[in-house]
Amino acid sequence: MKITVKLFAIFRNDRFKIEDREYPKDATVGDVLTALDIDHPELGVALINGRHVDTETVLTDGQTLSLFPKVGGG
Amino acid sequence: MNRIFRVNMKDLTCKIEEVPEAWAGLGGRGLTSTIVAAEVPPTCHPLGPNNKLVFAPGLLTGTPAAQSGRMSAGAKSPLTGGIKESNAGGTSAQQFAKLGIKAMIIEDQPEAGKWYELHVNNDGVTFHDASALKGMQNFDVIDAMEAKYNPKIGVCSIGIPGEERLMAANISVKDPDHKIRSHGRGGLGAVMGSKNIKVITIDDSEGKKVEIADKDKFRAAAKVFAKAMLDHPVTGEGLPIYGTNVLINILNEAGGLPTKNFLYGSCEHHDKVSGETMHDVIASRPNGHTKHGCHAGCIIQCSQVYTDDKGEYITSGFEYETVWGLGINCMIESLDDCARIDNAMDNIGIDSIEGAVLIAVAMEAGVIPWGDGKETLRVMNEEIGKATPLGRILGNGTKSVGEAYGLTRVPVVKGQGIPAYDPRSVKGIGITYATSTMGADHTAGYSIATNILQVGGHIDPLQKEGQVELSRNLSIATASVDSTGMCIFIAFPALDIPECLPALIDMINARYGISLTGDDVVELGKYILKTEKAFNDAAGFTNADDRLPEFFEYEPIPPHNVVWDFSGEEIDEFWNF
Repeated sequence: MKITVKLFAIFRNDRFKIEDREYPKDATVGDVLTALDIDHPELGVALINGRHVDTETVLTDGQTLSLFPKVGGG
Repeated sequence: MNRIFRVNMKDLTCKIEEVPEAWAGLGGRGLTSTIVAAEVPPTCHPLGPNNKLVFAPGLLTGTPAAQSGRMSAGAKSPLTGGIKESNAGGTSAQQFAKLGIKAMIIEDQPEAGKWYELHVNNDGVTFHDASALKGMQNFDVIDAMEAKYNPKIGVCSIGIPGEERLMAANISVKDPDHKIRSHGRGGLGAVMGSKNIKVITIDDSEGKKVEIADKDKFRAAAKVFAKAMLDHPVTGEGLPIYGTNVLINILNEAGGLPTKNFLYGSCEHHDKVSGETMHDVIASRPNGHTKHGCHAGCIIQCSQVYTDDKGEYITSGFEYETVWGLGINCMIESLDDCARIDNAMDNIGIDSIEGAVLIAVAMEAGVIPWGDGKETLRVMNEEIGKATPLGRILGNGTKSVGEAYGLTRVPVVKGQGIPAYDPRSVKGIGITYATSTMGADHTAGYSIATNILQVGGHIDPLQKEGQVELSRNLSIATASVDSTGMCIFIAFPALDIPECLPALIDMINARYGISLTGDDVVELGKYILKTEKAFNDAAGFTNADDRLPEFFEYEPIPPHNVVWDFSGEEIDEFWNF
């Protein structure tokens, strides 16, 4: 299935900003992190189509997954 | 810190008083709000003789504790009509602490037409004729004071909008690099202008190190506290690399980034002004610095120095709210234009949140074309900066612009412009905007941490459940933190690292030789909020003022197409403590 993956902050280093990528059916957010070589504890926030999700969430074809390390401001 | 400097602007005197016992355990916001509540008639005109302008460093200011260099300023706000505290970095807080000044209370007004420089040193305050400074903007005032004294002189000043008592005017504070930090919110620059004070200068050369009752205990706690700052990924990595502007992209993805005067919750050109882009622009230019502290002892270093492609200084302290307000809410896609407008707001001395929010409303009114950075810069310098008739309508804040042009999408609470998070799609911050004693204020109870950033747990930003309790707990904690002189960003490690908050309390105990507990700190926060609310109630506020503008209830915001759906009764539960 095709997932649009968006990366932010230090996750972009040596990777990309946004790409359409192929993943196996029933892949989870955690599977995407693993495939990108991002240690799961590094994850701050994952959003699918603008809604917060966790690493166990199963993706479906055509979704947009946004991945952020732990960031903050004010 | 054991002295109160009480300044009277009518007879130009300064009395040095002992600290009343009831004030001994207070600092920062806790002290300014206590003094304003005790001494300012709630129904007085904020620009009249009965208002008082109070400055107070925090409980830990002047110690070696990391992040402790904030100064609180308080008064009755001309913008909101309620109590106001606004804190800032810079050099003034640590200079006050070194001089043993727990608070400076400025009362009454002098004869009309005369302008003053208040010179603060170890002996008290002297009053100097500042007529030559009238009509100068802030950077020229700093240069003039450094020439008059020396480069180490502390400076708190107002520009022309402050002289003209415009309600978006702030008080500008010199930072360690001779640039500017601001007591931004609530129009405190207009209060200073109403007392005909152009500038306050601070000479701490005869000051002393602050006394610490238990040095060993303090040192041990300060080490744990600093380690927590450096260990937490937000304060130790995200903020130093990208600054506060790292929030543009995450709010955009979550649909909570107010765009084109709160019409949309995300923005197509968001990455052009994002923290990631800003970092790369600064790093690619001569003399740019991606890390910078707003006061000595800051180890987070979330600020920056932004230069042009030739290496000429454009601005510093270029914060998320300002970049959002100009780059997204006003649709100005050029980060350089936004930076130049930020610098102009520093120079003329207006709040860069109110300044950006009011420009978006002015764009909706057709005064400035959407996204026109060059015209916005001109309006800042030539209209608001010179207090022309148009500049007065704009410089009196977002509400003033909305009323002048007959608009309904006017994002204010208690007259103060709403900052960079949409309350429809981040509902916890909506509760904070509605209930804050300060008017719309994201820092009063920063629910973004838990709603969006998943710091301190997670509460779904789009659902109502848990938001009132979240906002209440954060507001109580924030009132306490604002009393310590600490930067609000200590909240990130304090929410996540168990050793952090106890270390903060240990530092306060070691500094004063006392034995506060965590419960005492919570009670302090409750006391501050209730004191502030009592002042506002006596000034004429009711629970009807704890509400968001009506348009949030009937204009769904894309992409989630949600409205503000809290009832008045649900909002009022905030005060149930």
